[in-house]
Amino acid sequence: MMGGESALGKREVAIVGVGLTPSGELWNQGLRELTIQAGFAAAEDAGIRGKDIDLILVGNMSAGMFVGQEHVAALVAGFLGLNPTSAVRVEAACASGGVAFKQGCLAVASGLYDLVVVGGVEKMTDMHGTWATAVLSGAMDFEWEAYFGATFPGIYALMARRYMYEYGLTREQLAAVAVKNHYHGSLNPNAHFRNRITIDQVLTSSLVADPLRLFDCSPISDGAACVILAPAAQARRYTDTPILVDACTQASDTLTLFERRDLCTLDATVAAAREAFHLARTDPQAIDVVEAHDCFTIGEILALEDLGFCAKGTAGALYEDEQLYVGGRLPVNTDGGLKAAGHPVGATGVKQIVELVKQLRGEAEGGRQVSGAERGLAQNVGGSGATAVVTILRRAN
Amino acid sequence: MSMRGVPFHWRRYRERYMLLGTQCAACGGVFFPMRSICPHCRRDGQPRPLAFSGRGTVYSFTVIHVASEGFETYTPYVVGVIQLAEGPKVTSQVVDCPPDAVYIGMPVEACFRKLRDEGPDGIICYGFKFRPVDAPTQPG
Repeated sequence: MMGGESALGKREVAIVGVGLTPSGELWNQGLRELTIQAGFAAAEDAGIRGKDIDLILVGNMSAGMFVGQEHVAALVAGFLGLNPTSAVRVEAACASGGVAFKQGCLAVASGLYDLVVVGGVEKMTDMHGTWATAVLSGAMDFEWEAYFGATFPGIYALMARRYMYEYGLTREQLAAVAVKNHYHGSLNPNAHFRNRITIDQVLTSSLVADPLRLFDCSPISDGAACVILAPAAQARRYTDTPILVDACTQASDTLTLFERRDLCTLDATVAAAREAFHLARTDPQAIDVVEAHDCFTIGEILALEDLGFCAKGTAGALYEDEQLYVGGRLPVNTDGGLKAAGHPVGATGVKQIVELVKQLRGEAEGGRQVSGAERGLAQNVGGSGATAVVTILRRAN
Repeated sequence: MSMRGVPFHWRRYRERYMLLGTQCAACGGVFFPMRSICPHCRRDGQPRPLAFSGRGTVYSFTVIHVASEGFETYTPYVVGVIQLAEGPKVTSQVVDCPPDAVYIGMPVEACFRKLRDEGPDGIICYGFKFRPVDAPTQPG
């Protein structure tokens, strides 16, 4: 942006440090250890000390249900030895991390806070899988969807079925989303799943909510991610490669799928993306790398259309060659996405930002670096589309 | 999920038992579930209860194989988005036919069924499901 004012407020905002835990079934670590591991990694990356931190934000969907612990922001601040720093938990289901990141950007842009830590964490595997499914049902409308027997995968299956009916998307095209993301996950040392899979394996995996099968679904993961934000004008105190936040926008829609204008479009993504491209003064053609919210394979298909990378009904064809792979025209979910890198729900929105920062710095390990990436976009969705956050990042010159 | 008290279920029983929604007398808009304000007219709206006919068609559907807590014994079961004759859509189960007989566009009608129970000491939850228009009546 030109001049002092930014798209976010009074000041431009930069990311000066990132940290991440692996995602997976991390039996040795509880919620607080995960948060601290990601936070320390980010602080070390930025070269800051705890006393420098002005505000802590923690994206977390449901620690109260998953591990019986509420009040997790203050818990984290205290466990880090950072009292009396203000600490705030942010909740927007699977978009908790993305919304926490946006609030962190606004805090810095406002001029009130200089160094802001945005963490995201979810500890999901302390609970039996059936109950975890029930907790995730809280991301949709409990009284009018879950109460009648709908599950979270079921809601995405309703979108997938209608989309296949309207646009002729094939089951093989849908499976190709998971195959691509597992390939990228195989390159990412922090991914939950590092195995490569085939179309046939997806199509023969067990049915979860027809037409969606097990390999269409992101896993239940433990994990945490953290980024450190600073005013762009101060960023080079902390890093040689500041990453600028050109836009971070958010939009809402009904929690119920059945009340939406269209089952095959996430209108909240469309609205957030339109505003983000406007604020960042750019367009989809200028984006070099994308993190899209593929909690289910159909989610990535819808995202590519709703973000403006292709016309409605045409995303399936993009999977017929390798244009969405690292090395292709538009690499999508280079860390493996939610499907393979893992989906610790409250951490996911922050984890996406960490991957983009690594890509834009040229630090993505394992052979998944997108060469010359300058601009990246992340899309983080809460529930089945009731919240969407779109972020556009750019490498500072 | 943890057991909830009776009022949690009771306060919605009319909507769930009789498929009641809302019509705004100001703009004519029809909504499900019931609304205390019209989302179009907002404070100028005049929301009134509206009983739906229960007739509709399947707009989309899924066959649930991995159920949430409380629904495990029903798998595989069909959950649909039903387009009601009056316009709004709703989500519930499609019953009284095999899952592979359900298709987009299938004519259905509402029926009153048990949804689940909250265990030996909890409440039994009832509400509407949908059945094919020409299906023979079955218990359950």
